[in-house]
Amino acid sequence: MSRVRFDVERGKVDRSSADLEINPFDLNALEAAVRIKEELGGQVFVLSMGPRRTESALKDTLARGADRAFLLEDRKFAGADTLATSYTIASTIKQLGNFDLILCGEKTVDGDTGQVGPEVAEHLNIPHIACAYEVNVTHENATATCDIGMERCSFKAPLPVLITVTKDMNTPRLPTFRDRARARQMAVQVMGAAVLSEHADAARFGVQGSPTKVYKVIVPSDEGRKGRIFRQSSDEVVSEVAERICHLVSPNDRAGDIS
Amino acid sequence: MSDNGELLVFVEQREGVINPVSYELLGKGRELADKKRCVLAAVLLGNGVESHARELIFHGAERVYLFEHPMFNDCDLLNYKHNMVRLVRDVQPDVFLLGATYWGRSLGSRVAAALGTGITADCTGLDVDKHGNLVQIRPAFSGNVLAHIKTRTRPQMATVRYKVMPRAARDTNRKGEIIRKAAEIVPSWLSFVRNKKSADVNLADAEILVSGGSGLKKADDYSLLSKLADVLGAALGSSRPPVDNGWIGREHQVGFSGTTVNPKVYIACGISGSPQHLAGMRSSETIIAVNTDPSAPIFRIADYGIIGDLYEVIPKLINKIKENRYEHG
Repeated sequence: MSRVRFDVERGKVDRSSADLEINPFDLNALEAAVRIKEELGGQVFVLSMGPRRTESALKDTLARGADRAFLLEDRKFAGADTLATSYTIASTIKQLGNFDLILCGEKTVDGDTGQVGPEVAEHLNIPHIACAYEVNVTHENATATCDIGMERCSFKAPLPVLITVTKDMNTPRLPTFRDRARARQMAVQVMGAAVLSEHADAARFGVQGSPTKVYKVIVPSDEGRKGRIFRQSSDEVVSEVAERICHLVSPNDRAGDIS
Repeated sequence: MSDNGELLVFVEQREGVINPVSYELLGKGRELADKKRCVLAAVLLGNGVESHARELIFHGAERVYLFEHPMFNDCDLLNYKHNMVRLVRDVQPDVFLLGATYWGRSLGSRVAAALGTGITADCTGLDVDKHGNLVQIRPAFSGNVLAHIKTRTRPQMATVRYKVMPRAARDTNRKGEIIRKAAEIVPSWLSFVRNKKSADVNLADAEILVSGGSGLKKADDYSLLSKLADVLGAALGSSRPPVDNGWIGREHQVGFSGTTVNPKVYIACGISGSPQHLAGMRSSETIIAVNTDPSAPIFRIADYGIIGDLYEVIPKLINKIKENRYEHG
């Protein structure tokens, strides 16, 4: 995250110098999935799309309780926007089989769109619940709680359903030494575009399948306000600022106000 | 005019109340439609909301597509999606904008995926290039840069952040047509229950905000800021560190990953001003900053800055404000 370069000419983000780590919200999704498995049984599959270096992060998900991990890795997937990403992921989900529940982080910390989850649900033609911080699952349905503006809402949907989760969902467990040792014996399955040919149209992958394009990246200039900065906090200074605040927050008709 | 297509705005309502971001979309939409020389249209789904449709015309829409059905009283996601997709296929708008609200984000993403078109999330700026294409501007990488994005498919879709675009002016002389559309109802898989939250925090609409940052030493010190907030009738905000420390709820967070605000007065106490924080409050009318570090970035955008310890300055400020009120009240 800390070292990302922008290729302004090609309108692409170069992440090759950035460390690849699991998006924090996705760790909450994984933790939720593992807890549901512990309660109800079943298997947890982890799916990610990215360069080969993603493999070590996926190994980490195996240590944290996932049963199998899959990496979508192909040059044809590169440069994907949220439409192409969600299409590729949804196609892979169809390929891998029938899932009862699909959990993902509400958004990524770098892209910050929050679009991929709902878009995957649409491609799969299943309902979704966004930004849940609490989830209860039975063998038939899922109930998830979210904050929407000033309200707390609980949604109930029959399975299969896709739920995106927030940081407040849980505290992800830390893998023990034994978990890590076990994960080292497990393999991350790498899948390329060819594997998906049965369920997907390759023209919808990567750059080719991405209708949006970043054509310019600007570092915002701090115009500055040229305000008055006081170098000390004497009574006079505080008085002046207090007076200013009172003036700003008082409507002009305040004269008649008895408070 | 019509061969330039339509610029369509999704108007979000719930139980008959229009989400204010919709009027901002109409404000910006009017400006873009004039530049593109196209029609500004709005789509409203609800139940018994015809009077609102007329309001949308007063706020600049030339055409309002109105879907009325009891299912639309609340945002029934799948039914909204189904009918929006039908409408877009029917009228083929060139641009389709939604508010970046909870529902707008979910609905926009699903409609875009269903249509196989591009969508840009959470725009803070919109423009039209010389060919009439929509230029979508959004902060990327924690607000450190602004990405300019174009879409090659139609409609060009975007969700727009609340409180960054000017609200449309109301003019009752404006004329427009209301086009009633028949709703098509599909099975609604989701059922839901609503509860009012106990702690009501509404940062986005606050007129005055008192915010604390990493200059605070412990959780209890928010009580000092609460006192200042109480004196001013202000809402309590925060930069990210106190939220991450668990000192104050996430609903108080101002910034890129929190709420965008533009109050009349923003008082930043012990906030250095990370790009992420500034991205969420820089458009405040007046910014007052108190910080011990003279090089803190917050001072570059402050109208009034005091270089000093908030533990010394804030109590004095509270007293002075009380005195001032007493003298002039």
